[in-house]
Amino acid sequence: MAIEWQLGTVSSTRDETATVRTFTLGLPAWAGHRPGQHVDLRLTADDGYSVERSYSIASEPERAREVDITVERIPGGEVSPFLHEVVVPGDRLEVRGPIGGYFVWEAALGGPLLLVAGGSGVVPLMAMARHRARAGMSIPTRLVFSSRTYDEVIYREELDRLAAARDGFEVVHTLTRGQPPGWTGFSRRIDEAMLADALEPLGAATRAYACGPTALVEVVANALVRLGLPPDRIRTERFGPTGT
Amino acid sequence: MTERFVTRGFVGRRDQGTSDDGIAPDDRRRRTPPGQYLTSDFPVLSAGPTPRTPLDRWSLRIEGLVDRPVEWSWEQLLALPARDWVVDISCVTKWTHLDMRWKGVSVDTLLEGVELDPRAAFAIAWSDGGYTTNLPLGDVLNNQAFVAYEYDGRPLAPEHGGPARLVVPARYFWKSAKWIRGLRLQDRDEPGFWESLGYNNRGDQWLEERYSGD
Repeated sequence: MAIEWQLGTVSSTRDETATVRTFTLGLPAWAGHRPGQHVDLRLTADDGYSVERSYSIASEPERAREVDITVERIPGGEVSPFLHEVVVPGDRLEVRGPIGGYFVWEAALGGPLLLVAGGSGVVPLMAMARHRARAGMSIPTRLVFSSRTYDEVIYREELDRLAAARDGFEVVHTLTRGQPPGWTGFSRRIDEAMLADALEPLGAATRAYACGPTALVEVVANALVRLGLPPDRIRTERFGPTGT
Repeated sequence: MTERFVTRGFVGRRDQGTSDDGIAPDDRRRRTPPGQYLTSDFPVLSAGPTPRTPLDRWSLRIEGLVDRPVEWSWEQLLALPARDWVVDISCVTKWTHLDMRWKGVSVDTLLEGVELDPRAAFAIAWSDGGYTTNLPLGDVLNNQAFVAYEYDGRPLAPEHGGPARLVVPARYFWKSAKWIRGLRLQDRDEPGFWESLGYNNRGDQWLEERYSGD
């Protein structure tokens, strides 16, 4: 059965940081998704010129008939600047999905759970964290989250709230480009020592999901293998060039 | 949706990526499959950790519906007749990179090492780490597929599938199995990793066969 294009209506937008915005899309025909999956968006000009992009779903599946996508504005990009500068509530967008069946975590899969994110790579992991909270699970979960600066931490306040529930969800922040006064978190790129500390209380049965720029995901996946996690329990999603 | 939907306010950049590659604009448009955008990067998409098999324990095997399986060591692969390939690559994640330069061995050359059973109709590529992808034999013969071990004049990097990957330019890039270790010839089709997870069984980028049912 084909995954059909459907029309979604932007019901609201929310700025997560200065360059990252969440769009809530109302989708009357949405059949539901699993945390970690993405949607395709198609934009079409009046002469038929069209482009498509994939965006991870940020919202938990418990919210019926709507999804959030969280989009980082890429300077010089063709789609993300349009979404940021032109699209307002009430606009309609062509969407199809959900897409992807491997980078997926559902409460039924159990844990413990190690989530590792770089920048906007947190988006599909946020769907997992929100789903975990909504399902009322106490699965031990750690999110190791690398951002450039404090102001660039996507979902910062919501992550604080999720951690404050003390139901087994913890966040380990690292800020690689600058730290506010009194910062007590990490201030270096994610490395094996940081992951070893995060993994230690979770144990050898941990499922790991890593999403972010290629260089970060390579480091994380290789380190987790060295730390003893079986490769088939490490699921990755990468974006961006290799930097070489 | 029978009538074309127009996105309010969308014009599009229409430059089809950077233009420092010396390819004429018309040519760039003509060579960009539907729904794709051009990039000069080489993005990475892998479902799990990058496998690392030492070259002295590496081999490439052809098995299944052949008179007898054949296996090449790394040195033996490098000794096979190879050529440069300049091909356009399209990934289902929407990027297309024109004129990617590889060096490697045609699958035709590999198949010269075996006698094919007439029932052989599908090739299942399998890789370190357990990845598989399926291709009709007709999609890989006649220089439509090669095993690459160099990209852009350098050994193929592990995150791009090194030491060697399959490259099938006429299909979305997930069919170009990274870390390839073998081809198994079968009479029956058998969906591979992504083909079992909602992606299209054939993956022709010009027909936009991205997902199951497209």
